[in-house]
Amino acid sequence: MSSGIGETQGQAVPARSGRRRPQHQRHSLTWLVPTLYILFLMLPIYWLLNMSFKPTNEILGSFSLYPQNFTLDNYRRIFTDPVWYWGYINSLTYVVMNMLLSVCVALPAAYAFSRYRFLGDKHLFFWLLTNRMAPPAIFALPFIQLYSSVGLFDTHIAVALAHCLFNIPLAVWILEGFMSGVPKEVDETAYIDGYSFPRFFTKIFMPLIASGIGVTAFFCFMFSWVELLLAKSLTSVGARPIASVMTRTSSISGYELGMLAAAGVLTIIPGALVIYFVRNYIARGFALGRV
Amino acid sequence: MTKTWNNKAWFFVLPVLALVAFNALIPLMTVVNYSVQESFGGNVFFFEGTKWYSQVLNSERFRAALGRQLIFTFTILAIEVPLGVLIALCMPRRGVWVSVCLVLMALPLLIPWNVVGAIWNIFALPDLGLLGRVLNGIGFDYNFTRQAGDAWFTLIVMDVWHWTSLVVLLAYAGLISIPDAYYQAAKIDGASRWAVFRHIQLPKMKRVLTIAILLRFMDSFMIYTEPFVLTGGGPGNSTTVLSIDLVKIALGQFDLGQAAAMSIIYFLIVLVFSWVFYTVMMRNEGEGQS
Repeated sequence: MSSGIGETQGQAVPARSGRRRPQHQRHSLTWLVPTLYILFLMLPIYWLLNMSFKPTNEILGSFSLYPQNFTLDNYRRIFTDPVWYWGYINSLTYVVMNMLLSVCVALPAAYAFSRYRFLGDKHLFFWLLTNRMAPPAIFALPFIQLYSSVGLFDTHIAVALAHCLFNIPLAVWILEGFMSGVPKEVDETAYIDGYSFPRFFTKIFMPLIASGIGVTAFFCFMFSWVELLLAKSLTSVGARPIASVMTRTSSISGYELGMLAAAGVLTIIPGALVIYFVRNYIARGFALGRV
Repeated sequence: MTKTWNNKAWFFVLPVLALVAFNALIPLMTVVNYSVQESFGGNVFFFEGTKWYSQVLNSERFRAALGRQLIFTFTILAIEVPLGVLIALCMPRRGVWVSVCLVLMALPLLIPWNVVGAIWNIFALPDLGLLGRVLNGIGFDYNFTRQAGDAWFTLIVMDVWHWTSLVVLLAYAGLISIPDAYYQAAKIDGASRWAVFRHIQLPKMKRVLTIAILLRFMDSFMIYTEPFVLTGGGPGNSTTVLSIDLVKIALGQFDLGQAAAMSIIYFLIVLVFSWVFYTVMMRNEGEGQS
């Protein structure tokens, strides 16, 4: 993913121009605002880490800003209990399936929207977006019935397909933004040079929008990874996501805060890794290619 | 970019269409179906017309949930958008700190929503959490599981914590696309800080900010998991927003007709708001291209 993503950032951030900073950045205290904000973001996460390294009796017995009886027990229990670690495997399985599926079907559709006018294209585009707007709570019950009736209930495929509901529209939207940034002359030149459409698309076009594809995959990963309501409704035992294991634990065994905190920390890690890989494209990526 | 008219482009859209139709049309028709019927024992149905709709629209419970939803959505928009813009304006434009800031800021966005709820639950517990301890320590009587006001405060701070970064990242993307020449011209003209913001930065951020508002509106309007994990809709019904209420009716009470009618009304509300935003946004985009 990280290779071949180089072009877009280059134009956004020109080479360092020494100390010739624009006048408006003169204030010396501006760094304070982002710093305070990041501090605010990190505090709850620090607290979660803190809790995850404490044994249960310390959590309930005393109040301290850092773990006094440092322990990895909470993590050890997660990595040895199949219910827990299968939760992670299940989640990652359907997230990756959904990511691949969404990107693959969204690529040709986004190309059509960015290059051609066709009957009903604008309505279709908005209709796709409406699915991104539909509250998942509406779909929870009908989804259970639909996927039960086709025999997919409690499988990874069911969750991967269900998450397509909001990920495909988003993928089409982002990719369309990036594709519209590629001049149409590129297509025409390639056809004149005798490229067939599939060869042109895979050999020339896709490398050109590689950063866009990376960003799209990132978003599909993100929204599928963080979603709980549909994933929880569509699974019972076989494909139960980690989020669902967590909520069940917190409700059944009451105050297992340490375990819950450790599980929470572990769910942050995949996201953090993914962010690290796309860090240079993050700003433009969140603008959906439309800056 | 001028686009060619070509109806064969439909073939490119077909896979998307098939998948989304399977996921959206069938369930939506199921919901419409339930919303006009009365069910007995779960498998005998007969037509009821608009009974459920009028029942939902007239119910005190729905109106209260809708009211709470609107208050929540507009409060967080009013906080997150200006705050996000302010932070983006203060961010460094180049250097190593940019990546550090961006990665750290994007972190909350990739935390599963139930974990966000769990984090804030642990953070805000009056006896065990840092926030709860500090607030109680400086003299507030803070307990988000007992007092409605505290629950609301925690919910809104949690959402600001969770989603302001999205606005920051979008606004920042808009800002870094402004060429230095604009600022130099402004400097020559002797423009004030406010004038630079009003006439250079704000217009350049307009498009991304519309996206930010659209996304934040849609997502906050369908928020479910975070308040569910944090407060479970309580204390009482004080933080029961639309989605929580809907799931209570549909999966808790299994009241199909009412839940379905409520779903349709809920969806239509989101749709109307979003359509307005979308039209405005597309008009901006048209201006940007010409």
